[in-house]
Amino acid sequence: MSAISELSTLKRRNGPMTAAEKKANGRDNKAAYIFLLPWLAGLVAITVGPMLMSLYLSFTDYNLLQPPEWVGLDNFIRMFADARLHNSLGVTFTYVFVGVPLQLGVALLIALVLDKGLRGLPFYRSVFYLPSLLGGSVAVAILWKQIFGTTGLVNQALAMFGIQGPGWISDPSTALGSIVLLHVWTFGAPMIIFLAGLRQIPVMYYEAAKVDGASTLQQFWRITLPMLSPIIFFNLVLQIIGSFQSFTQAFIVSGGNGGPSDSTMFFTLYLYQKGFGQFDMGYASAMAWFLLVIIGVFTAINFIAAKYWVFYDD
Amino acid sequence: MTTKLETLPAPDKNTAGAGKPTNYRKPAKRRESRGTLAFSRAARTRALIKHGILILAGGLMIYPLLWMVVSSLRANELIFREPGLWLNSLEMGNYTDGWSALTHPFGHYMLNSAIVVIGSILGNLISCSMAAYAFARLQFTGKKLFFGIMLLTIMLPFHVVIVPQYILFSQIGWVNTFWPLIVPKLLATDAFFVFLMVQFIRGIPKDLDEAARIDGAGHPRIFLRVILPLMVPALATTTIFTFIWTWNDFFGALIYLTDPDMFTVPVALRAFVDSQSATSWGSLFAMSIVSLLPVFLVFLFGQRFLIKGIATTGIK
Repeated sequence: MSAISELSTLKRRNGPMTAAEKKANGRDNKAAYIFLLPWLAGLVAITVGPMLMSLYLSFTDYNLLQPPEWVGLDNFIRMFADARLHNSLGVTFTYVFVGVPLQLGVALLIALVLDKGLRGLPFYRSVFYLPSLLGGSVAVAILWKQIFGTTGLVNQALAMFGIQGPGWISDPSTALGSIVLLHVWTFGAPMIIFLAGLRQIPVMYYEAAKVDGASTLQQFWRITLPMLSPIIFFNLVLQIIGSFQSFTQAFIVSGGNGGPSDSTMFFTLYLYQKGFGQFDMGYASAMAWFLLVIIGVFTAINFIAAKYWVFYDD
Repeated sequence: MTTKLETLPAPDKNTAGAGKPTNYRKPAKRRESRGTLAFSRAARTRALIKHGILILAGGLMIYPLLWMVVSSLRANELIFREPGLWLNSLEMGNYTDGWSALTHPFGHYMLNSAIVVIGSILGNLISCSMAAYAFARLQFTGKKLFFGIMLLTIMLPFHVVIVPQYILFSQIGWVNTFWPLIVPKLLATDAFFVFLMVQFIRGIPKDLDEAARIDGAGHPRIFLRVILPLMVPALATTTIFTFIWTWNDFFGALIYLTDPDMFTVPVALRAFVDSQSATSWGSLFAMSIVSLLPVFLVFLFGQRFLIKGIATTGIK
């Protein structure tokens, strides 16, 4: 069970406990709250408290030095007129809606190739998985900066074929693409989830399909894809949520400024600049809440759309 | 009591990493269609083509990493001229230069990182396992609500809390200390691991708890003596993931650690990128390799837990 399906079934199982259950368990409120104490403290002090605080701050002007000053909806009105913010939204959307489908597509493709009882599976799996462990590091972002630089590895390779490549990360039209590629490169984690999902598909479905004379492609469309759809959905939701928050790669590759000409200015990067560069904490809080709403909306859309394409076996 | 417990079977290996055992069929069953009949020529060609594609794709994926390793052992000017993997001579100069290129020797930053990593691992292990025990085994008022909130916090964007968190930690004077990076882990804010452990504990037969309870054990004792020893695989997964995520964590360190004395590896590398002149790519690469090495080692030795952890928490 993933966190997501657990959440969606929570309501269903919310009924009162049966008498037998009550008798067997009883309630251990005291013990339970002692065990939960660290988590509860964290929830209040690190998560919910700061969340409410940032909601409050989003209606204020606050620079850390003077006490917050209530400005009503000013920050949100400013956001409405902030062209750099709009641009950063565009950059982030492009990154998420190009990067995530590409990454999941590659992950699924490789998982399908790997699934059919191939020799050397553990080896291939490791090779494909490794980048997703390293991809979030500053070191790999540094490597990317070199690879896609004017005289970087990619252009050195192109030069062998007599092609003069552009400076990928110094050209505003390709800089974002190179960061999207870095995201696609880390397809290993979803690939492993797909592999595990493929194993769960009962083999008898394929046997029955074969008896009926279904082609491999038909089997893929009619069996594999529907049976895998809950896992595709799970990956989609998590990757979209995660990608909206991407920061490190764009920060390192662009040298912290989201350049060239704001082409890699992710929303989170702009938020960082506002909050921790200019200490415009009120505005940064408003941006953070805006991000939360955006992510919430897309997650909700995902869940609604899921009714039409995600197939649950049970 | 302990001897009696030891004779009880440990949970099935399949449940390691917290998944439900797959009761559809044995994993091997699907493979039987290969092999039974002699390999037909078509099947063999298909397998060969697949291997070809996979080797090509895998090679392409790994090439940049290999090239970085090789380049870190080359003279500086070759980095921008030599796309191949062939080494004519071994230059360790990049490593010695890079090690001492910043205010402190690079080992200083690795030590800082190690402190944060160890603190975070301990924090996650203790606090998440405690919360997980309560969610998986105890009945209490508000359980469903809290569990739902816990699941939601897995998906909560970090940015919504970072500004007030920063204000909070700066007011208690914790900026440029490791506390802002460690204390949240002591308070189980990495809810992902709570969930992972809940899943795992659910897979441990309840009879074990019951037996211990009949022997007069209370919850702390059941938790410490029965559940914890049985959930070692989940603890291992947590340790490994915490290690990698904390070691790579850039955003937190960027915000809270501004004093070079306190830099962890990622922010030290960032300072290196910003300060470097065009000629020091070799030493920059060298230190990047050094920074990736611990993660790579963990990957080599902990792969089993990593893959199980991902696979089983991802499955519906």
